[in-house]
Amino acid sequence: MSATATKKAGFGSVLWDYLTTVDHKKIAILYLIGGFFFFILGGLEAMLVRIQLIQPDNNFVSAQFYNELITMHGTTMIFLAAMPLLLALMNIAMPLQIGARDVAFPFVNALGFWLFLIGGIVLNISWFTGGAPDAGWTAYTPLSIFSEGHGLDYYSIGLQIAGFGTLMGGINFLVTVITMRAPGMTMMRMPLFSWTTFIASVLILFAFPALTVGLFLLTFDRLFGANFFDPSMGGNVVIWEHLFWIFGHPEVYILILPAFGVFSEVIPTFSKKRLFGYSSMVFATVLIAFLGFMVWAHHMFTVGLGPIANSIFAIATMAIAVPTGIKIFNWLFTMWGGTLRFTSPMLFALGFIPSFTIGGMTGVMLGAAAADFQYHDTYFVIAHFHYVIVGGTVFGIFAGLIYWWPKMFGKVLNEKMNHWFFWLFFIGFHLTFFLQHFLGLMGMPRRYWVFLEGQGLDLFNFISTIGAFFMAAGTILFMYNIVWTAMKEPKASGDPWDGRTLEWAVSSPPPHYNFKQLPLVRGLDPLWIEKTEGNGKMQPAEPLGDIHMPNNTIIPLIMSIGLGIAGMGIIYQVDNPMWWIVAVIGFIIFFGSMAVRSLKDDLGHHIHKEDLEKEGDGSNG
Amino acid sequence: MVDQNYSTNQTEKDLFYKEKKKEEMKHQVVTFAMMIIFTLIAFGIVMADVSKMFTIPIIIVLAIVQVGFQFFYFMHMSNEGHTWPVTMIFSGIFAAFLTVLALTTIVWWG
Ligand code: HEM
Ligand SMILES: [Cu+2]
Repeated sequence: MSATATKKAGFGSVLWDYLTTVDHKKIAILYLIGGFFFFILGGLEAMLVRIQLIQPDNNFVSAQFYNELITMHGTTMIFLAAMPLLLALMNIAMPLQIGARDVAFPFVNALGFWLFLIGGIVLNISWFTGGAPDAGWTAYTPLSIFSEGHGLDYYSIGLQIAGFGTLMGGINFLVTVITMRAPGMTMMRMPLFSWTTFIASVLILFAFPALTVGLFLLTFDRLFGANFFDPSMGGNVVIWEHLFWIFGHPEVYILILPAFGVFSEVIPTFSKKRLFGYSSMVFATVLIAFLGFMVWAHHMFTVGLGPIANSIFAIATMAIAVPTGIKIFNWLFTMWGGTLRFTSPMLFALGFIPSFTIGGMTGVMLGAAAADFQYHDTYFVIAHFHYVIVGGTVFGIFAGLIYWWPKMFGKVLNEKMNHWFFWLFFIGFHLTFFLQHFLGLMGMPRRYWVFLEGQGLDLFNFISTIGAFFMAAGTILFMYNIVWTAMKEPKASGDPWDGRTLEWAVSSPPPHYNFKQLPLVRGLDPLWIEKTEGNGKMQPAEPLGDIHMPNNTIIPLIMSIGLGIAGMGIIYQVDNPMWWIVAVIGFIIFFGSMAVRSLKDDLGHHIHKEDLEKEGDGSNG
Repeated sequence: MVDQNYSTNQTEKDLFYKEKKKEEMKHQVVTFAMMIIFTLIAFGIVMADVSKMFTIPIIIVLAIVQVGFQFFYFMHMSNEGHTWPVTMIFSGIFAAFLTVLALTTIVWWG
């Protein structure tokens, strides 16, 4: 039992601890809080959209507000909810799984979180200052150039800041996986979730720069009189679409690969079998990532690229279905003949397989370029990507959160409530989105404020909205469960699920140095090997010694706030040059704190051997 | 005894590394000289005012070779323990190359 975890501290010192933390486990909790907050916000926006569409010619919200709602729903869910929640899972699980004491750059890790949060806040300030962005989450030019007010300036600046944070998170995880694996943890012994974290980070590293460039060009067009996207001045509107989707398609794989990783942990654990076809899983992950870069133009079939370009991208797109299929079969074979336990993470995994497969199938349909002329910009596309993003990523996030909840908070969430939550959410999800396929085929366009009466669209839209309320009810139950668990459930052991990988070899929550002695890894599923061939405990790979840990610091937060202030100044300097003062102040804070960090030595601290000896043997017991 | 063993090992090791460093130094000097020559060649053909179709490809090729020298001889990418960075850099270059090629093709020639 770690002494630090049981110490009672006042609210102020806990808050300060979290504001300054560089510990990957606490940063995971911060990402969880931030991501979940935005998940609720994006969910509320979605509910308003669905209520507007509950009946034909509805007047629940105005057309302008509707545009802002759909734009902010998409942007929030992708950048501020799904990605941070995945980063929460990566932060809590990956360093433990590879047997590391922290990530490679703890400071950068904290900076990544605060940049994301400040970026998200900047984006949402737009609601209170005259209107949120309203050109769709894809912000296609020229609409986004001519959109009035400052909504799209908030979009470009807010996403830019949040994007920096994500980029840093990605680089950090890459270095962590490459350099910080425990003795014996070779790449091909790494749990699949760590693998998908690694590959998703590669995608972040290579895909986000395209977004960064696109957003800069948009910012310059809107705020500094440039004309990159203005054809009358020699610009090209389609370039934005290319840049956005060169980023955007890898982005959807950044969202789905970690979810695949979660299921590749959950399914073996609750089938009591090792993952079927481990190396083909790794190979499929790498292949998906690579192909993911070569298909962006399938979002632009109707732009007029010509039949040759369309055909090439159509074939490349369909090729992705092959490695994805390999994965689906591997999961099924993992369960085949296993001893299944139907815990709530496993239910999400089981719900995921058919749901995601439907999404993949509609994906291949959309990938048929000629047919896409019919589907494009209809509710069919909406149905497709919600099947893959909700049925894949969101199910994966919930499975992972429930699975690793004890590692974050030391308690297992109430299983009974989670079963209810799963069924509400699962049924609600299919109610909401299944019929949207048919709405799309019947010709209902996406992003329209109202639909007309007497076109056969009424009933399905009504059912769809009812489904959304089911999902909302499920989510509320989940939040209730969190509070209930915190108050009523008993403390969990280090290994509540009978796990196979290293994170279950330490207590729940782990001590802040994770491993008292780095573990010696003898193969895939290292803890399981010790359970079946050893004494059930990891053997140490090093003698007990002092542990070097980084110091807490407030600088990442201050830097991020500085950048946020600078961003606000940049947005408003077009109205009044006095705002440059604000921007300059922001940049001074930003670069000033960077300079402090660079010039002041901060060598961290040591936890001494004698203190470690007092704290038990550091195993999961 | 253990200590003695250790120290003979150590001197052998030192010798080995000294030899290796010398070798490396030689390579660095040679590549440095070659890079200067390459630069001179590049300037030379621009000043000689030959056809663009000739100048541009040559300069690009020279630049690529120089980047390779940088990576391998000055940033030690050929040394042990650099396999991951090397793999990443090359797959990055490969993906970027394909992307840019496809993009320029379909936007400006398609
Ligand atoms: C078998 C795999 C997949 C294929 C073949 C595929 C294919 C496509 C195609 C062709 C489109 C464009 C449709 C149109 O706009 O007319 C599309 C849209 C979309 N897909 Fe997929 N997809 C696949 C998997 C995924 C996954 C795994 C995700 C995310 C986790 C995803 C997320 C999206 C999103 C967000 C859009 C809509 C973007 C927008 O226009 O707002 N897709 N997909
Ligand atoms: Cu795509």
